[in-house]
Amino acid sequence: MAEENGGEVEAVETERKRYAFYPGCVSKGACKELKTSTEIVAKHLGIELDELTEAACCGAGVTDDVNEEMTDALNARTLAMAEQRGLTLLTQCSTCQGVLNKLNKEAQADEDKRARLNEILEETGYQYDGTVEVKHLLWTLVDEEEYGISKLKEQVKRPLTGLRIAPFYGCYILRPSDLLGFDHPHRPTSLDELIEALGGETVDYKGKTKCCGFPIQMMRPTNSFRMAGTHLNEAKTKGADAMATPCPLCHLNLDARQPDAERVLQQDGKLAGSIDLPTLHVSQLVALALGYSPKELGMDTHIVSTKAVEAKI
Amino acid sequence: MSEQITFRIRRFNPESGGEAYYEDFTFEPPNPEATLLDCINHIKWHIDGTLTYRMSCRSAICGSCAMRVNGGGQLVCNAQFRDFLDENGVVTIEPVGNMPVVKDLVTDFSDFWNKVHSVNPYVQYADENEERANDGEHRMDPSDFAKIDEASTCILCGACYSECVSYEADRNFLGPAALAKAQRLVNDTRDETKHERLEALSEYGGMWDCAHCFACVQACPKPVNPLYRIIDLRREAHKEGFHDNNGSRHARGFVEIIEESGWLDEAKLPVKSVGSVGEWVADLLPMGVRMGLKNKYRPNPLHLIPGRHHPEIPKMEEVKTIIQKTRLDNEGETAQEEEETDNG
Repeated sequence: MAEENGGEVEAVETERKRYAFYPGCVSKGACKELKTSTEIVAKHLGIELDELTEAACCGAGVTDDVNEEMTDALNARTLAMAEQRGLTLLTQCSTCQGVLNKLNKEAQADEDKRARLNEILEETGYQYDGTVEVKHLLWTLVDEEEYGISKLKEQVKRPLTGLRIAPFYGCYILRPSDLLGFDHPHRPTSLDELIEALGGETVDYKGKTKCCGFPIQMMRPTNSFRMAGTHLNEAKTKGADAMATPCPLCHLNLDARQPDAERVLQQDGKLAGSIDLPTLHVSQLVALALGYSPKELGMDTHIVSTKAVEAKI
Repeated sequence: MSEQITFRIRRFNPESGGEAYYEDFTFEPPNPEATLLDCINHIKWHIDGTLTYRMSCRSAICGSCAMRVNGGGQLVCNAQFRDFLDENGVVTIEPVGNMPVVKDLVTDFSDFWNKVHSVNPYVQYADENEERANDGEHRMDPSDFAKIDEASTCILCGACYSECVSYEADRNFLGPAALAKAQRLVNDTRDETKHERLEALSEYGGMWDCAHCFACVQACPKPVNPLYRIIDLRREAHKEGFHDNNGSRHARGFVEIIEESGWLDEAKLPVKSVGSVGEWVADLLPMGVRMGLKNKYRPNPLHLIPGRHHPEIPKMEEVKTIIQKTRLDNEGETAQEEEETDNG
């Protein structure tokens, strides 16, 4: 290959990172600002996103409560799309990442399962051989073997100096760690590293590896909002100006549901006034440090005003 | 010069009347391969005999020694200290979470046992078959046993309750170990009360209250992986027709939406999930208005009409092919409908 293409061309090729991009449904619906921000970041950093526009929804860990085989087969089709392109599959959603990664690891380890899924896929023309890697945007920004934190640091134009950010890792990007293998399940560092590389200050708090409550929003709303409210309130009490999350589902519960979270905490006698803590997507945080304006990143569409963040940068 | 390590242990003595505090014990580990429990025993036997904790078998069988290590619940007898040292050579040991502390690392398991007992954790026969319990051995096909093999390995150590976020938010939640035990009986071919069990487990505090956070899977020292057993229960409840709750409506609604368009319609799913107009008006409408006003999300209301939907993803025919091949036979028929058909 090197002889055919010439050494120089290949060097340039390996410089540019290219991914099969699986944006996830929420970034095309209630969190459009996430997709906008990710695309801005990718363009700025020279990361190419080959969007899998024909991929179906991952099922968000919900549809397999009813139909495991359908969920797995649709996700195997998505993995096969990345495999056809010879690319790593990139998500900007912890949940998409978790669902796709779990199936991916199972399909890689279990030849019989892969054969069953390929039998279902046959008519669609896709087959999955188990060669794809699934990665979250956060990991690729931090991991030196991907884009890497040192290169990212060099790109920072507007350091987030003085901004105190509470990293909210949530569930799917951490657990189960034997399957994901990136961060420590109880003491993760990737999002903290990212915040510090962008010039911000991290706020440590107990709730950062817990659940935002989103998955039971429809089943047990009080419990769901209690979870979100507890973590938001803890971060706020510890002096955070904002929260940052790698998952748009967390964002929906932490931001769009913050008024409900406040109400539940008030009913519990745990909160007197409001929490009023803005939550930013990872891509928004990066794009802010790269010099983009809050408006370009859709921050004016957040339910909780991001004015306090804007005032500090 | 041998390596010195530090165990930072949360201490609490109700008799002294003081608050809980952390105490550092710095010592040379008993051996380089020592388990966390070997180190804790070393502290008790050689440094401070008042340190209080539960332990017995040292072989991950008895389930006595669950503690919270560096922030996560687990057994201390089946892991080596060297895998837990932080950059300063410190391991932090606390009692399991979500339970009242009795003393030091000993917690009160009363509610844990109440929850396990409340799922009736024994094989039950229908009233008319009471004698079956005494008519000798009941053989089980290996493929049937496979369905309960994992849940059967539970040693009731409580590591999962320590980290369970739903139990933390609401003590009415049955919790991971009790639900895993319930799955072990729901899928036991000898048990004749599957219907009653699933009915009870579909109630408030049951299978649908789990937040799917994987904390129990992370904590479980055995192959139980309670979340996966809870998912087994949900599939079983779906098959048996327990559809009249928001959890089931949510999962089935999600599948229907993918069948229609290939991707999630976030306005339609909540509407499909709630069981009453009251919930719609009290909860969903204010959220929708809030998001609409901020121009965060303005779905087309026409897509909410049954039979209509938002635009399909490209190559939807491929998605439909997969759906056709994987459709479940029994979808749509509820237990209630089944009963009505039987009676009619």
